This record gives sequence, structure tokens and C-alpha cells, in this order.
Amino acid sequence: MNFQRIMALVGKDLKKMLREPAILFMIILFPVVLTLAFGVSFGAIGGTQPTTFQIGLINMDSSGSYPQYSQSFIGNLTAKEILKIETYSENQTAQSDLSQGKIQAVLLVPSNFGESCYSYLTAPANPNLWVNTTLQLYLDSGSMLASQAIPPIIQQILIATIYGEQQTSIALPIQIGSPSLIQVSKLTMFDYMAPGIFAYAGIFLTMTVAQSFAADRENGLLRRINTTPTTATEFMTSQAISNMIAALIQVVLIFVMAYIVGYRPNVSIASFAIAFIIVLVFSLCNVGFGLITATVAKSSGAATGLAFVFIMPQMFLGTFVGIALSSVAQAAGKFVPSYYVTDALTSLFLRGASVSSPVVLVDLLVVSVTSIAVLLIGILLFKKHGKA
Amino acid sequence: MKEMAIVLENLTKKFEDVTAVDGLSLQIEKGELFGLLGPNGAGKTTTIKILCGLLEPTNGTATVGGYDVQRDSAKMKELIGVCPQDTAVYPYLTGMENVKFFGNLYAMPKAKLKENAEKLFDKLSLSKDADRRVGKYSGGMKRRINLIMALIHDPEIAFLDEPTVAMDPQSRHAVWDFIKGLKEQGKTIILTTHYMEEAEELCGRVGVIDHGKLIALGSPKEMMKENEAKDLEDVFIKLTGRRIREGL
Repeated sequence: MNFQRIMALVGKDLKKMLREPAILFMIILFPVVLTLAFGVSFGAIGGTQPTTFQIGLINMDSSGSYPQYSQSFIGNLTAKEILKIETYSENQTAQSDLSQGKIQAVLLVPSNFGESCYSYLTAPANPNLWVNTTLQLYLDSGSMLASQAIPPIIQQILIATIYGEQQTSIALPIQIGSPSLIQVSKLTMFDYMAPGIFAYAGIFLTMTVAQSFAADRENGLLRRINTTPTTATEFMTSQAISNMIAALIQVVLIFVMAYIVGYRPNVSIASFAIAFIIVLVFSLCNVGFGLITATVAKSSGAATGLAFVFIMPQMFLGTFVGIALSSVAQAAGKFVPSYYVTDALTSLFLRGASVSSPVVLVDLLVVSVTSIAVLLIGILLFKKHGKA
Repeated sequence: MKEMAIVLENLTKKFEDVTAVDGLSLQIEKGELFGLLGPNGAGKTTTIKILCGLLEPTNGTATVGGYDVQRDSAKMKELIGVCPQDTAVYPYLTGMENVKFFGNLYAMPKAKLKENAEKLFDKLSLSKDADRRVGKYSGGMKRRINLIMALIHDPEIAFLDEPTVAMDPQSRHAVWDFIKGLKEQGKTIILTTHYMEEAEELCGRVGVIDHGKLIALGSPKEMMKENEAKDLEDVFIKLTGRRIREGL
């Protein structure tokens, strides 16, 4: 294989991608518009950042020896405009509301809070006489703003309660426990759709490959390349590389757009890497479908229409569209490669599966085997019947 | 003994029940500018396609530069440059990008590619338009870039399939001068045309094909003398009873 030839072919294809308006739309603008449209329609975009933090409060010191301290602390919390305090009688209910995103934090005032305050005020200079205790704070891990802003506000109010407004830092018998970050399940519809959108955009590579091959055949360009020393292996390698680059651009664009509209999958770099690999392998499958389409199609116009023979089943049965399908249609989805791409990405992004989990590895295996098989069939068919 | 660039022996190509090339035998010397004449559908382009390795013959053999076109097509393709009858160019690439793309397919060194490209653009008066996209070129400019793409790698053997068709007279004469220059460099050129004056002007020897068969072979002057004709068009009429542009 000659590297110079492969790079020339890849360079030519990339220039085509950027310079031909129809291809530019399909590869770059379409995924951007699609993600933005679905993100706006089904995601959290358009909302405003909260100007107040809703905090659930459980006071376990209401019947203690010195309840006036906890009441004073709660009064100071309530007086703070940035906080909206909601009182709960039991921790379980408060935790439930936190996990559903109804409130952004839960603060648990311990039963010896008043006793601790009293011990400090009677012997401020003798820590040995203090009754030490801890305020428990639980925070919404999905809200970076809340998890960063709430602990210092509570700390400030605690100091003000015990020592007065002017004090900013002082040793106290009461500590705020390391905030426990709570996973909040406030997923939008878009969170469920996003994995399928990655597969959805890739499916349309079938159309661009089919159009491109059929047009180059119509214009005598494939024949012309065939009069040069370029081998079939070099040509197909260049096609694989340029379409994988296209898929990579699509994945990055979709992810950036999804991030902009509020998509925040809580996954590791390794999960992202494996997601990229799955989508790149899937692009080879679509090159194969594109070649099969170009073999059958008589013209580039016909190739556009015929490409939907492969696009439609993959789109309806194997992407986010499948969420609302009947059980029969969902079972049929297992026969299209895009289903396994969506399933793997859903497992990684939504279910929090690790890269080594069996479901992800099986999906990757199915996508790889199918993609190589479809690509080989496409190459053989195009070589035998499609080049004329 | 003269070295042969191209040898055809009983070359035949059938498409279902149509015989496009019918037992063609021919030898073309190295450095020769050979014209393949005949009306549309006579079998000229099919013959060229077989010689370029694009079609497999039904019968017979063909060697180009000493390589069998079927068995050694990879080596043979390194020797040849092909200018197709229909302009085959990438409209979204500039003229220079099209030419460099093909130069890279022949794995040319960068410096040599640049040097050859500049020389050819200059000779065919396209230097000013080298960085414009080919989609914006006129028909004549596209045909000239089509020719440059075939010759960028300085091939030993060039197949020029109707290189001046649909060109204005000025462009056609520029291309004729260019082809004469190639001949002076010792290149073997196989030119197909149905312009008789083009063959008379350029070719040392011509072969006339009709219905896939070689019906006459020789220099234009010899043919005109043998057939007591005033030009090659007249020769064709005397051989077939038809004018060459009437076709079949």
C-alpha cells in the first residue's frame, strides 16, 4: 500500500466534504441542527439558573435542652434571601425530594446542637469543655453551583448564629460534615435520546457514500482512477479513513451541541473513548451499505433514494426513535446494527455501565463483526457489479 | 529491430451479441504518434479501454510497454497516461488540486510534481486559472485540464481519446502544438479522433477502424495516394461508402 496515494484520496474526500454544500449539510450541519432541535425540544435548555437554593431542613434538636439555639440558626437560615428553607419531619422524605431534584440540599441539625452551642458560649476559651457535634449536609451532585455555593453559606450563618454577624472565621464546636453528594435522577427526555442521536447521524453516511460513489462513476472518475496504479485496497482504505474522520467530526459536533443544550453524562474518559470507537466502527458499516446502494443505483439521484432502504430501518428500529416502539418493533431492532450502537451508548452514558461490562463489550463485538461483514459485502459487490 | 510500445493480436471484445472489437491485430512502435480513426461506435474507445486495463478482452492478447494488459496491469499502469473522451475532473477541486491529486496517485515526488504541473499549466495557458475550482471552468478549459491530468506524471505511453472534441479552433491548435511537443520528446501517443484534419496534421501513421475491424493502416499520405483521395475523409468514404461523422 502506498501512503501517498491513500493520503491524496483522503484529502480529496475531505475537501469534497467541506466544499460540496449537500455533503457539508449531511455530515456537519445536519447533526448540529438535529442535536440542537432535540436538545431544545426535549432537554433543559431555555431555563434560567436559580436565584435561590432550596434546602430541606430536619431539626432533631427541637425538643432538646437548649432549643433556642437551633431556632435561632433556622431563623438566620430563613432570613437569608438566597436560601429557601423547607422543613421536613423526617430525613427519608427530604432525601427523596433531593434525589428527584425538588430541592438542592438537605441539612440535618443534630439533637445536641443547642447543647453544643451552650457549651461553647459558657466556656469559649476552653475547648475541652465543648460538646462537639456535626451538621450533616447532603447536596445535589448534578448541580455544580449548589454544591459549591451552599456549604460556605451555611458555615457563614452558623458563625453568625453563635458569635454575631461581623465574625468571618472562628473555631467552633460545631462542624459541617463533609457534604454528601447525592445523585439526582432528574433526567430529561433528551438524556434518553442522546445515545440514539449519535447513531442517527452516522446512519446518513450511507447516503453520502452512495451518492459520492455513484456520482464519481457517472462522471468517469472511478474509471479514471482505475487507469492509475492505485489498487482497490488503497482506494477502499482511503474510503474507510475519510468516512471515519467524517464520523469522528459528527460525534464531536453532536457531543459539543448536546453539552451546550445541557447534556451532562456522568461518565469517565474511558467510556467516552469506547463510545467513540463504537461510532467509528459503525461508520464502516455505513460505508458498506453505501457501496451496496451505489452498486444497485444507476445514478447519483437514484442512490439518494435507494439509500433510505438502509437508512429507514436503522433509523426507526435502532436509534432514539425506537424508544416509543412496540415490543415487536423493538425485537426487530436487534437485526439492525444501529441498535447495538445505541444500546452500548445508552449503557455507557445513561446506565453508567463500565467499559468492561459485558453488555458494552457484546455490543462492540456485534457492531464490529457486522460492520466488517457489511463492508466486505459492499466492496465485493461494488467491485463486481458497480464500477461500470 | 524497432522496439514495440503496443502489440495487439487478434483482440476481440464482445458485449452480449455485439462485437465491439473484432480480431484487431496491430503493432505500434515506441515513440510513434498513432491515430486510431473511425466513426462513433467503431470500437476505438473500447480498444483504448482494453489497453488501459479497464476492460478484459473476450479473445486475443494485448501488451503495452512489454506488459500483458491482463496479467501485468499494475506495472503497465505505471507507464501510461489516459485522457478520457469525456472530461473526468473533480469540480470541487481547483485545477491545480485536480492535477496534483493525480500526480500523487502516481506517487510522484513533490518537487517533480510541482515542476511538471507548472510547466503543463503554462503550456496549455491555464496558469492564471490554476487555483480556481474546475466547476467554474469553461468546457474548453476543462478539456485542457483533463489532458494535463493524464500527462502530469510524464508517462511513456499516452492514450488520448478524442482530446480536442468540442474545443474552439484556437484551443484545438494549442493542444495540437502540445501533442507535437510530446512526440518530439519521444513519447508514444495513441490518439483517437474523428477529426480527419487532426489525424493528417499530427499522426505519422493511422489505423482506420469500422465495425470493430481494422480496415486500413498506414501513413495519411500513403492512404490518400493508395485510394486516390484528397484527404482522409475521402479515404474513409472510399473504404466504407459513408462519411466518418455519419457514424454507423
